Amino acid sequence: MTTTPDSVSELIEKKYQHGFVTDIEQDIVPPGLDEDVVRLISRKKGEPEFLTEWRLKAYRHWLTMTEPKWAHVRYNPIDYQSISYYAAPKNMDDAPKSLDEVDPKLLETYDKLGIPLHERARLAGVAVDAVFDSVSVATTFKKKLADAGVIFCPFSEAVREHPELIQQYLGTVVPQRDNFFAALNSAVFSDGSFVYIPKGVRCPMELSTYFRINAANTGQFERTLIIAEAGSHVSYLEGCTAPMRDENQLHAAVVELVALEDAEIKYSTVQNWYPGDENGVGGIYNFVTKRGDCRGANSKISWTQVETGSAITWKYPSCILRGENSVGEFYSVAVANNYQQADTGTKMIHIGRNTRSTIISKGISAGHAQNSYRGLVRIMPSAHGARNYTQCDSLLIGDESGAHTFPYVEVRDRSAHVEHEATTSKISEDQLFYCRQRGLSEEDAVNLIVNGFCREVFKQLPMEFAVEAQNLLNVSLEGAVG
Amino acid sequence: MLQIEDLHVQIDGHAILNGVNLNVAAGEVHAIMGPNGSGKSTLAQVIAGRDDYEIVSGSMTFHGQDLIVMAPEERARAGLFLGFQYPTEIPGVNNTYLLKAALNAQRAARGESEVDAFEFMKIIKEQSELMQIPKEFLTRGVNEGFSGGEKKRNEILQMLVLQPTLAVLDETDSGLDVDALKVVAAGMNSLRSPDRAMILVTHYERLLELVVPDFVHVLSEGRIAKSGDSSLARELDERGYNWVRAEENRA
Repeated sequence: MTTTPDSVSELIEKKYQHGFVTDIEQDIVPPGLDEDVVRLISRKKGEPEFLTEWRLKAYRHWLTMTEPKWAHVRYNPIDYQSISYYAAPKNMDDAPKSLDEVDPKLLETYDKLGIPLHERARLAGVAVDAVFDSVSVATTFKKKLADAGVIFCPFSEAVREHPELIQQYLGTVVPQRDNFFAALNSAVFSDGSFVYIPKGVRCPMELSTYFRINAANTGQFERTLIIAEAGSHVSYLEGCTAPMRDENQLHAAVVELVALEDAEIKYSTVQNWYPGDENGVGGIYNFVTKRGDCRGANSKISWTQVETGSAITWKYPSCILRGENSVGEFYSVAVANNYQQADTGTKMIHIGRNTRSTIISKGISAGHAQNSYRGLVRIMPSAHGARNYTQCDSLLIGDESGAHTFPYVEVRDRSAHVEHEATTSKISEDQLFYCRQRGLSEEDAVNLIVNGFCREVFKQLPMEFAVEAQNLLNVSLEGAVG
Repeated sequence: MLQIEDLHVQIDGHAILNGVNLNVAAGEVHAIMGPNGSGKSTLAQVIAGRDDYEIVSGSMTFHGQDLIVMAPEERARAGLFLGFQYPTEIPGVNNTYLLKAALNAQRAARGESEVDAFEFMKIIKEQSELMQIPKEFLTRGVNEGFSGGEKKRNEILQMLVLQPTLAVLDETDSGLDVDALKVVAAGMNSLRSPDRAMILVTHYERLLELVVPDFVHVLSEGRIAKSGDSSLARELDERGYNWVRAEENRA
């Protein structure tokens, strides 16, 4: 199969299925960042003194830091003084009142993705009161969770209702000084999710941010903290396959997970922020710090991510394997099309004895995109009997995309077993012709092959999420046939 | 059904087919034999629409439609099946899933609804039993880790599920042991009917004892040098190909 000019231009013409909608913000702080702005954010949110001080400490340290430049991504310098760091929840008067007022193109995408009707309204930014039934659904879930003793609420609510938990755990996995973006987040974080699973409790349902309806406009500097007490279990789903409306270009989220003895946390992400247009103009910069601490013996933290959006992705969900026999897992599919740049991977820090980690990374590059896997496996002297298995596969579509693998391995204990496998392949003409000879269109053939390539990761996702993720991949690569 | 007239094909400037003429009518089984490098596989690939080859001149029609302008998937949906000599592996793609997607794509092209899941499983069960394909193969990745013989049986399974009107089977018999050859031949024979046709590309006469062709053609240096009935295959088996070439050169 030769690359015809037609298919290349089709690829280039592939557009994000919806544009930005600019709303008039109310109660917005003028652009710029200083100690007064940090104090103002904390005051507006009615935070206790310790948190204000915590934010200020982060801010002061941030001032001494420089933006990291080691990632394999290029972008123009960010002017941090031109960003507004606080906006009160949006006035819903300007939001669409019903799906009839929403861009039909967007609805078409929801249709392709198989998003249930009642979710479409929320995703399209329809005023919350107009979202039928969602309040009562959320209430039902809240009751079920409360009966189990599970706390699942906006971060700001947790600060008010459970300050002792916040004080005990906040910043214990990702310290304020951890890195430039984490420090910035610590100073100005907007809101996010808080989850607390009591001892021995198996959370009765998958926790999805979808049910956290009252946390509007919190995407920019999101802060999430999940605590799983001894012997507990929770599965958390973040994000959504559907394109989400957001006006902020810079996103710097922090997620902290704490798993105590015998606890298990499964954290699944689907990220589909605006990737910019076909010429690489616009798009979200997504600089995220996600880390889990397997603090107790036999604990387990599992990250699964499907990353298809954002112009720039800088993200390394990591596990600190402190407890003996603790287990860390990282399953990732990262798709980059057009001029997207992704530098993503994980860190597995083995501290405890007999700790085990598994890394399965699938990178897909199309168009002019650059997709890098960057991973660290560190075996500390205390981690006798530690094991790691890493598998990094890259799939290239077309002739102008790039795939890169940067594995870092540090072993300081002789009894450790560390395995690393990496492959880079292209969708072969033989595979495409084989599928087409059986009657599939070229596009369906590509989707089939790509989904097969990602299967090991998709099967880690909760069932209904996996189907959506497959559809999302198809939409993300629409026209990417060379 | 299939009409090929004076077909000239080249790849990277090298002529491979030099004026092939072939007429296949419904109900017929044609065997194409010939020495290595005579263009047999090229002919099979060109019929199916592989675009590595340049068609210099000539025509191909299928049910009266111009094949040359049709994409591979359009040919497949029109009822043309190619059994590959070297079936490719598609890791992670469930074997049954591909078959179902293929069947539904072909049904959609015919204006039919998607196959009922229950009905589909019934077809698969029946045909995979005929092909002696164990259940676990159906849920594995397409051809992933299959032996040569398993891949060939899988090709015939796909053919039986898709029920093409014209099947072009490219050296399906090569690399098979006697038992596997019998299984594959049984699959081929089960598709024979007055409204279907088959082209068997093969090196060996032993397949043609099990699937007896109506016509045997010898492809030599890119054209059909000799045609006959099934007795020609036996003659080739005994005497080799050189006499055909010599005979043609004399003519």
